[in-house]
Amino acid sequence: MPSLFQQIQAGVIWDFHGGVHPPPRKQQTSQKPVAVMPLPDRLYIPLRQHIGVAGQLLVKPGDQVLKGQPLTAADNSMAVPVHAPTSGIVRAIMPHTSPHPSALPELTLLLEPDGLEQWRPREPLNFATSDKMTLLNRIQDSGIAGMGGAGFPTHLKSGVTQPVDYLIINAVECEPYISADDLLMQEAATTIVKGIDILCRLLNPKAVLIGIEDDKPIAAAAMMAACNQRENYLVRTVPTKYPSGGEKQLIQLLTNKEVPNGRRPVDIGIVMQNVGTAFAIAQAVLDDQPLLSRIVTVAGDTLSQPQNVLALLGTPVSALLDFCGFQPESSQRVIMGGPMMGFALADLSVPVVKTTNCILAPSAQELPADTKEMPCIRCSSCADACPASLLPQQLLWYSKAKDTNKLAEYNLADCIECGACAYVCPSEIPLVQYYRVAKAEIREQQREALKAEQAKARFEARNARLEREKQQRAERNQQLAAARQQQQLASGASDAVADALARIKARQAQQTDGAAGPDKAVIQAEREQKKQQAREYQQQKAAANTEPAAQPASDADSKAAAVAAAVARAKAKKAADSVKTDDAISPATATDKPAADSSTTDPRQAAIAAAIARAKAKKAGATEVATSPAPEISTADTSTTDPRKAAVAAALARAKAKKAAGHATSPEPATDAAAAEQAIEDPRKAAIAAAIARAKAKKQADSENS
Amino acid sequence: MTLLTALIALGSLALIFGAVLGYAAIRFKVESDPLVEQIDDILPQTQCGQCGYPGCRPYAEAIANGDDINKCPPGGEATIRKLADLMGVDAKPLDAAQTEAVKRVAYIREDECIGCTKCIQACPVDAIVGASKLMHTVLVDECTGCDLCVEPCPVDCIDMVPLSATPERWKWDLTAIPVKVVE
Repeated sequence: MPSLFQQIQAGVIWDFHGGVHPPPRKQQTSQKPVAVMPLPDRLYIPLRQHIGVAGQLLVKPGDQVLKGQPLTAADNSMAVPVHAPTSGIVRAIMPHTSPHPSALPELTLLLEPDGLEQWRPREPLNFATSDKMTLLNRIQDSGIAGMGGAGFPTHLKSGVTQPVDYLIINAVECEPYISADDLLMQEAATTIVKGIDILCRLLNPKAVLIGIEDDKPIAAAAMMAACNQRENYLVRTVPTKYPSGGEKQLIQLLTNKEVPNGRRPVDIGIVMQNVGTAFAIAQAVLDDQPLLSRIVTVAGDTLSQPQNVLALLGTPVSALLDFCGFQPESSQRVIMGGPMMGFALADLSVPVVKTTNCILAPSAQELPADTKEMPCIRCSSCADACPASLLPQQLLWYSKAKDTNKLAEYNLADCIECGACAYVCPSEIPLVQYYRVAKAEIREQQREALKAEQAKARFEARNARLEREKQQRAERNQQLAAARQQQQLASGASDAVADALARIKARQAQQTDGAAGPDKAVIQAEREQKKQQAREYQQQKAAANTEPAAQPASDADSKAAAVAAAVARAKAKKAADSVKTDDAISPATATDKPAADSSTTDPRQAAIAAAIARAKAKKAGATEVATSPAPEISTADTSTTDPRKAAVAAALARAKAKKAAGHATSPEPATDAAAAEQAIEDPRKAAIAAAIARAKAKKQADSENS
Repeated sequence: MTLLTALIALGSLALIFGAVLGYAAIRFKVESDPLVEQIDDILPQTQCGQCGYPGCRPYAEAIANGDDINKCPPGGEATIRKLADLMGVDAKPLDAAQTEAVKRVAYIREDECIGCTKCIQACPVDAIVGASKLMHTVLVDECTGCDLCVEPCPVDCIDMVPLSATPERWKWDLTAIPVKVVE
């Protein structure tokens, strides 16, 4: 029994399960040379053209860029940059319809070519003397991503650390119509082989297997001729069958190995690269030419000149079609990709990107539109055709039922979405469509689960933080209290105690000295009287102050009055205590003092209250006139020149309006009171309001004067 | 005599096996995931409080103690189904009759924000950044769309906007593509 390597060397080709044989229709384009397209008027360059993340933008609208100049910088390993395909001016960076089945807008750079084709300075590498890191960086910086269709960053695939037995170059191109790789091999086989040399230096494989379908004899011959100096480069022709160009299918065809469920080919010692990718690597390393253009098959019966075109990345599909003599039919469909896996374009301004291998403009007879879906008759043709050995009819069943557990059980994740099942289905059920929806649903659920986990972690972290802060606060308060206590003990404690003792003694002396001291009842009566006086004084003062807006002012004053009364009471008590021995403090002065105290604090508070009241009154007037806060805001806008002040005023007005709305059920004074209360609670806000009111008053006064 | 022997033999066997089983029950005890944890894992962790409990975990505890499973609008039908499976009860339609079909995130209109930090304090997952008197903004990737920041805002500058579709999150709804007929 020969070993696997011996069998491969002997030229054994295996087979994979299923597959279909759609009409290839490649003759339209495979016999003609690659046409070079003239520069289009505009290039739409999506910032992300691969699987992964977009790089950081390096240019801004209006910049002049040179051909090959990077437009984005790859700042992490999943990013690859995009480059200016020609020299010109960056006109805009805006969302533009993406070359994706969803047609959702993605950030796209609009480049206007200047026609000069001016290159940036180029530094070709000698790959024999450069180390692996330099080569990998060059591959990444040249923006190379898998050109077969998936667009996986090539530097990641080429920089694997696992040992690699076989490097497989995928030149199968099994979808009908497409002949871009065929033409590339016919015209540039030697460059491709140089690219393979570079890949071999990076990966060090035992052998290189180049898989070509047997319907491309010229390309196979060209590759064999180019490889004849290299004995471990094995060109293998595989029988024409769809989808033998699928990664897992081609591995099975060439090595009889199966990639295990949920693993990657590199786990079984295989790396696969597209033939176009190898060509791009050679150009990037040997010529320092980043990925700027690619060969696109433009085919279909509505074109007078179907052919392969070397198109700059970013060329709008419409320009490409016009170049090939597009004569659209009514309700014309244009498909990006092949007829099996491609998608209809929503808009022809969609650009060619790194993964675009085919633009198909079929006539209605050539590729009929979808017909009516009929019920599944469980004929199991789809299971026979499935190259991944799945059970499409069961998957359809569970996709319709959205039963994600069952879908996982039936290995939906292994579906390569090749469309073979839908192709053979006699009921014309778009099976792949159902799987794509189900897969998207599962991905979304996984994303949600991940987000839920993150949210939970954040929620718990926040709770822990709040708890910690609370404890820290409590601790600090305790420490402060202890420090205060100690301070007191250290400094004035003995004095205070001595004072207290002295006071007690003095009082006892007074009480025992019955004849000289007045009756206890008399002292109390005196105290009551003084308190009464103090209260009356405060009430008078409050009444005097409440002219402009009774409610807030009196509210503000009542607090001040309470403080004053408390002070007065304390003073009166002291005075009464010492009334016998010391006559100096009379009741009048006792009540005067707090009055003075409160009057020193009052003007400010009163001013604030008054200002608030003015603002309120004005607003009330405004709302009464227009029943909306808009005039208020507009007057504020016009009267204040400072936009920031105006913004603050507007914000405050909104806040008040919101509050007013909240209290709409209660009558007007109540809302005022509530607002006033809130204003007192929040002195800062009150201060702002007061300041605004003052500013307004001043402005009004100014305008009246002038 | 034979009766006694039989009794002693069976009795001692019972004792031995009892001891062995008792030891095994302690020694090889499997720490099963407590019910509350399992329920908590199913809940969407938006911490929105629409169920009437202050967060997802309290609601999970309430469900474990016999509360209804249909009080979680952000989770929707899928969550109810999973909870029904776990709890062995029938799936009921959503309680509040307000199915949250569209995922939304908070958005602060930044030129109207006065920097009061009230929304920051309300956010259960710390998804709002900002400082006193400075503009605040929402970290879209962390926002759970719980609505809790909308109410405290004194100037009403927080909107709940539907999460914009991206090609990655797109659900292959081909009928929704505005396909233009090429003339």
